[in-house]
Amino acid sequence: MPLPRLIPCLDVAHGRVVKGVSFVQLRDVGDPVELATFYSDGGADELVFLDISATPEESATMTEVIQRVADVVEIPFTVGGGVRSLDDASRIIESGADRVSLNTAALANPSLITAIASRYGSQAVVVAIDAGDGVVHTHGGRTATTTPIVSWAMEACERGAGEILLTSIRHDGQRGGYDLILTASVRDAVSVPVIASGGAGSAEHVAEALRVTDAALVASIVHENPGGLAGLRRDIEALGVNLRPLRESYE
Amino acid sequence: MNVAVVDYGAGNTRSVRAALSHLGLESVVTSDASVIRDAEFVVLPGVGSARSAMVHLNDTGAASAIRERYADGGATLGICLGMQLALTHSEEDGGVEGLGLMSGEVVRLREGRVPRLGWSVVEPWGEAYYFAHSYAATSEFGIASVDGVTVAVQRGSFLGVQFHPEKSGPAGLAFLEQCLSRA
Repeated sequence: MPLPRLIPCLDVAHGRVVKGVSFVQLRDVGDPVELATFYSDGGADELVFLDISATPEESATMTEVIQRVADVVEIPFTVGGGVRSLDDASRIIESGADRVSLNTAALANPSLITAIASRYGSQAVVVAIDAGDGVVHTHGGRTATTTPIVSWAMEACERGAGEILLTSIRHDGQRGGYDLILTASVRDAVSVPVIASGGAGSAEHVAEALRVTDAALVASIVHENPGGLAGLRRDIEALGVNLRPLRESYE
Repeated sequence: MNVAVVDYGAGNTRSVRAALSHLGLESVVTSDASVIRDAEFVVLPGVGSARSAMVHLNDTGAASAIRERYADGGATLGICLGMQLALTHSEEDGGVEGLGLMSGEVVRLREGRVPRLGWSVVEPWGEAYYFAHSYAATSEFGIASVDGVTVAVQRGSFLGVQFHPEKSGPAGLAFLEQCLSRA
């Protein structure tokens, strides 16, 4: 099995990184390229960028951010937010992203998952699920659907998703730990990797999640102290979870 | 050094070029057969499906150019799908004939979570690199592995790796630099 992954998530609006606390109230925490470089140097295994302001008019702004990140950061990254078509996905991947993350659009048009997976492979398609009260939520967590979480995760994988990014809306931004029961239920239902998201407040929380699943998304815990990522990694390893060995430089 | 990155229509060539440029090397992205044949170093990158990649390589003449430079001892690095394409055959997409630079079969991963995403320490090299794949090589030309799965093959001037050196941080850059220094 690959080593557990620690994945900082950067919410981007209008080309700048912001972090939503429980999906409201945004705080500007900086330049996406600078933060991405910083996290990459600090030992992030991957990065996720969510374009929370995504509109067709803004796609050029995000494309430029993706290209700048791809030109300087040598770790894999996923881009989500406003991916509605195969063309959107192509633009993102051909700008240098490794994967696209689909959310609302995948639920509205599940064949989009298959279309992207057919062209770029399943490893290029992440389906993000915002979970609350047992059902899938769309539109940034604001709209409840009647679709049960586990059945949607299974359908997404059957259609070609190569990874599930599972966020517990209730836990997100609360820093009280991940929803481990939800995470385990989806992990058991699918055969692709599952990223736990929402609720990291300490190294212990992240370590707990990484004992349950393949990867953990972190946001405010690192954004409020970006220099603390290396320390967070050490604390997680001290709790018995082995992360990848880091190499300082290529010289 | 004159470096060509093979374009086959669906690849993420930008990251490969960015990594080469970190090492101080300019590269061209091309499907032009003569450029590929004559380059000092060629990278065959990997994203997309085996069938569409082979159709594109055959249609543009790039497939023949890669075989010719291989026969002449021209250094070529295959990454991920680019490594898999060097073998005889892949079971992806209902079965696809590869470039056949060396014998071997590409088969679907059957253990653990698939796709396999993340960092693994490659043995015997002892360094962690980043992987993203659902298929893997089985070949007598294997030279490195992870959990018993072949992740690097070499025959003559062709070296293929399943991981993405361009996405593997400083370890990946060091690997690329080593490949280039031997070219």
